[in-house]
Amino acid sequence: MKMPTNDLEGAPVECLPLTRPPVPLFSLRPLAGILLRQVYLYRRSIPRWMEIFYWPLLDLLVWGFLTLYLRQGVLPGTTAAQALLGGLLLWDMLYRSQQGISVVFLEEIWSRNLYNLMVAPVTPYHIIAGAMMTGILKIALSSGTAILLAYLLFSYSLFSLGLSLIPFVLCLVIMGWALGIMTTALILRFGQEAEVLAWGVIFLFQPVSAVFNPVSVLPDGFRQIAFFVPASHVFEGMRQVLSGRGFSWPQLGWALVFDLLYVAGSLFLFSRVLKRARKVGFSLKLGS
Amino acid sequence: MSDGHVLVARQLTKRFSPDRPPAVDGISLEVSRGEVLSIVGPNGAGKSTLLQMLLGILTPDSGTVRIFGVDIIRHRRRVAHLINYASTDLSLPYSLSVRENLEVFALVYNLPQPGQAVSEMMERFSLEPLAKTKVGRLSTGQIARLSLAKALISRPEILFLDEPTATLDPEASAEVRQLLLEQVRKERLGLVYTSHNMREVERLSDRILLIESGKSVACGTRDALYGLFDCDNLEAVFIRSVNQARQDRRRDENADK
Repeated sequence: MKMPTNDLEGAPVECLPLTRPPVPLFSLRPLAGILLRQVYLYRRSIPRWMEIFYWPLLDLLVWGFLTLYLRQGVLPGTTAAQALLGGLLLWDMLYRSQQGISVVFLEEIWSRNLYNLMVAPVTPYHIIAGAMMTGILKIALSSGTAILLAYLLFSYSLFSLGLSLIPFVLCLVIMGWALGIMTTALILRFGQEAEVLAWGVIFLFQPVSAVFNPVSVLPDGFRQIAFFVPASHVFEGMRQVLSGRGFSWPQLGWALVFDLLYVAGSLFLFSRVLKRARKVGFSLKLGS
Repeated sequence: MSDGHVLVARQLTKRFSPDRPPAVDGISLEVSRGEVLSIVGPNGAGKSTLLQMLLGILTPDSGTVRIFGVDIIRHRRRVAHLINYASTDLSLPYSLSVRENLEVFALVYNLPQPGQAVSEMMERFSLEPLAKTKVGRLSTGQIARLSLAKALISRPEILFLDEPTATLDPEASAEVRQLLLEQVRKERLGLVYTSHNMREVERLSDRILLIESGKSVACGTRDALYGLFDCDNLEAVFIRSVNQARQDRRRDENADK
């Protein structure tokens, strides 16, 4: 069959002139459009507003408390440096543990796959358990590398904490899991705009975790809050070992007690969010 | 439950807000082994809400959904391995390859021989040349084929599909339709299907459920619906039934006032 062809092919063709001029390169209106998109985004999003004030405030608190501690000069220079590096390495484990869980859920949301898993014969608790195992592998890799580099570059061995390192790490990983489950619950509840919590919520605990400074440096209110944070007992215990005062069983005990309470609380929150989602429906897209 | 019915839903009702009418209002349906039931209705008619309740992931305010006699709302884990789902609104992890995605779901569905199941699906859906391609690099049609492979890898007894061909060109749609029909006939699975493509619904369905504003307008075979609404094609049936349902509703509302 002969296909119909354009009879005018090859003939000179005249185009109509532009009906409207192009948008000027330095026009302000398109720029205003981009800005307006952000204004609309922030107008309706509490998590995004939180982010604006959150990081400067937290940085100020963490570094401010550290400055107070260093000014006191309680620990000899070497031990203080060890405490700082040890604090940093252990804090990273807590961070990775929390991220391990929330990022696994976020990955499923980003790839629009969470619903596929909800329909499958697995429960959300299977996903959490899988995320916990992934988190442990990530911690082993990232912290293993950081510990090795700290030894090679700064001659600091985290293993100088001896066997006490094992319960310290365990307590921090459990706290990370609890915060990861809580963050995931908030993301499932409030959608993808609560995603900033996945990266930021852990740092809310940093000033009251006594990572780089002892609890005694904190103002009274912060000190009282720090008691209820498992990580503060771990970091206090770490400094006690480093200063040669031995292992503190009471600190470990408090850390474990609060860890269990955190896990129970986060699982309760997660189950409530799931129950609500079954009542109001899961969003297929979970987008902003 | 009647003999041969793999799914029986009765008087399903779901209201999301007390100020608004129910999203689904007293819908009943049943699906037999090897039967294709299409759910058809305008946007916002309640199709997706109904599907979510049939899948057991949304709790109805009232009514029951039984899959092989098991109440899926209360005992989802007992029958979750017998159902599967695919939708154009969903995707699969972009950074995983076609084969990797199927491997993951073969394990998630606890298949005894995951490797074999993956190979079977790859062959059946002509995905072998794409085995190592990441999902993020696939065309929409290829993603639709992969989604179907994922939905069928667990050998479901009931498959739920939410507008599986909505984003496909006519050629890819025809291909997906053909694959679906082959599966339904070969595996004798029950298929619950939503679509806005009336020609497709006509070709695929054994029975069609028409819904509007959450209510069942009519349910029957294609020819029965043609007769009921005095039309010779489903598009005309759709328009006439929806208009009629809307007129009835307005009349009822005015009568209430």
